[in-house]
Amino acid sequence: MTTPMVSSCAPSQGPAQPGSGPLLEVRNLAKYFPVRSGVLGGTAQRVHAVDGVSFQVAEGEVLGLVGESGCGKSTMARLILRLIEPTTGEVRFKGEDLVSASPRRLKALRRHFQMIFQDPYASLNPRMRISAILEEPLIIHRLGTKTDRAAQVRSLLAKVGLQEDVLDRYPHEFSGGQRQRVGIARALILHPQLIVADEPVSSLDVSIQAQIVNLLQDLQVDYRLSLIFIAHDLMMVRHISDRVAVMYLGRIVELAPVEGLFRRAKHPYTEALLAAIPVPDPEIKHDHLLLEGDPPSPIDLPKGCRFYSRCSRRVPECLQEDPPLLEIEPGHWVACPLVTP
Amino acid sequence: MSDPLLAVTDLTVEFPTPRGPARAVDRVDLTLTKGEVLGLVGESGCGKSMTALSALRLVPPPGRITSGRIRFLDQDLLTLPARAIQALRGKRISMIFQEPMTALNPVLTVGEQIAEMVRLHLRASRSEAKTRTIDLLKLVGIPSPDKRWSEYPHQLSGGMRQRVMIAMAVSCDPDLVFADEPTTALDVTVQAQILDLLAGLRERLGMSMVMISHNLGVIAQVAHNVAVMYAGRIVEYTSTKELFADPQHPYTRGLLGSLPRYGEPGRRQQRLNAIPGTVPPLGGVGKGCAFAPRCPLVVDRCTRDEPPLEPKRPGHETRCWVVDRVP
Repeated sequence: MTTPMVSSCAPSQGPAQPGSGPLLEVRNLAKYFPVRSGVLGGTAQRVHAVDGVSFQVAEGEVLGLVGESGCGKSTMARLILRLIEPTTGEVRFKGEDLVSASPRRLKALRRHFQMIFQDPYASLNPRMRISAILEEPLIIHRLGTKTDRAAQVRSLLAKVGLQEDVLDRYPHEFSGGQRQRVGIARALILHPQLIVADEPVSSLDVSIQAQIVNLLQDLQVDYRLSLIFIAHDLMMVRHISDRVAVMYLGRIVELAPVEGLFRRAKHPYTEALLAAIPVPDPEIKHDHLLLEGDPPSPIDLPKGCRFYSRCSRRVPECLQEDPPLLEIEPGHWVACPLVTP
Repeated sequence: MSDPLLAVTDLTVEFPTPRGPARAVDRVDLTLTKGEVLGLVGESGCGKSMTALSALRLVPPPGRITSGRIRFLDQDLLTLPARAIQALRGKRISMIFQEPMTALNPVLTVGEQIAEMVRLHLRASRSEAKTRTIDLLKLVGIPSPDKRWSEYPHQLSGGMRQRVMIAMAVSCDPDLVFADEPTTALDVTVQAQILDLLAGLRERLGMSMVMISHNLGVIAQVAHNVAVMYAGRIVEYTSTKELFADPQHPYTRGLLGSLPRYGEPGRRQQRLNAIPGTVPPLGGVGKGCAFAPRCPLVVDRCTRDEPPLEPKRPGHETRCWVVDRVP
């Protein structure tokens, strides 16, 4: 699992930035969850939710993370913010390893990276007023006096497109789109450098999705945020991202600049994923490159390439080893033995 | 055009609220010919699911159908006695729901659930029903169907469960299938499989279908005609080709504008054309056009009188005062 594959040559973010490292660097990150089976909970099996992932995010960059349910993208989000402990691997924020950081240091660093959750109904405390929800991060990090904090909350409201009269109201009084604006404001109040947004628009109506994506895009530019945008809506990911990573069963199978990925996808899984997008244009004929079956269970991982069982181009040599993520073209990384430079 | 298979006229569904009855479906007219796929598109709460449930007389109380007729072949579904409508449900008209996990019975094997339908509607014996069920599971592309017959819904993946739902829906050779967001809970590659399966079955079995979805991509791929709904009302109704090539209603244009453009690089060069504001809550539609508060083209008249759904050009109906009538 810890083959030297990526650790020594983690995917770079295109043009090198002299003198400044990446904002975030993930190295060989893995998370296995134990599963109990049998009546006595005896046999120890593990779900390989994230299994040896490496990538970097530059300052001001938007990295899209796509993949189907169960591919490990939400686990990735939680690992990056160290909301859960990785089994192995490193998460470096400005060069500092979060995994080995002391609790006190971690708390101090958390100001700089925040999360936006998928479900704006479940991620806001229903018993807190909006003013308290937005002020809480400032209190936790002991920032400013009460008056300063109130002023900050007010100035942020306008930025996310909410009126001041929302402050005394409770989350249940709002629509999904407005709640997501509150969730975004809460993530921004500490002026973080990195935001991880886990499916931030997928529970919203189409017309509201566009509002929220526009808002995220504006804020990303205004605050020079780095953003990890996790979604299964490929067109939305294409719209917002600088680079895109495609995950399958806990691994990144392709990582490339956005247009490189969408115009010249190289991994058979990425190709199938792109071909499956239902296009809102009846004139476009679909040649569905249909994938057979479902992804295999992340408990009993097949030997060799994880995509083997569903791959249209499989050959026997695919079973020999789990293919490493290799740089096929500058900045374009693919994990497939059939794709060579 | 041949005789319609289904004709919905003036359908209204109301729910009581403290402020008086609120219309979830508001005077909806639709027709469906044999072999046609009609797309019903709109955002949550627009009344698209309630329209389908009305045809099966499954509107959940306290909701009530307060006006309208739904003619299916030569019967009015809204005045049929309860026993007659029961005999139609699942046999002549069936429904595929969004979430197969909640729509399937968790304590019956998938085989038993489908066989139950077959025995009830086709008066088949136990063993005939089992044989037919295994054939159906094969038809919808479930591998090793005789083994799957005795598995429970929780043992199947989301895609497989949706296949079981589809097998159940087509088990009695229905004339009409309502598919209510049948792929929304599925991953994109599985969605493609299910859409393909539905298209294949429709052709083979000659069913008509009403495809309900919020996903314009799905609608573009499968529907012949489309009705766009907003706040319980149809705001635009035309062929799929026409709708996507030349959308008329500002809401339809807004919906299409909200999507990232296919085939064009996105990213910073352009913002999405979001529709401002939010969908009105149930019962929150005032006088005039329901879309007026969010409409970029709104004029005085829009907030006073409701525009009629009328053909602005042949075969293309739009409910709007501002969009021009082409002479």
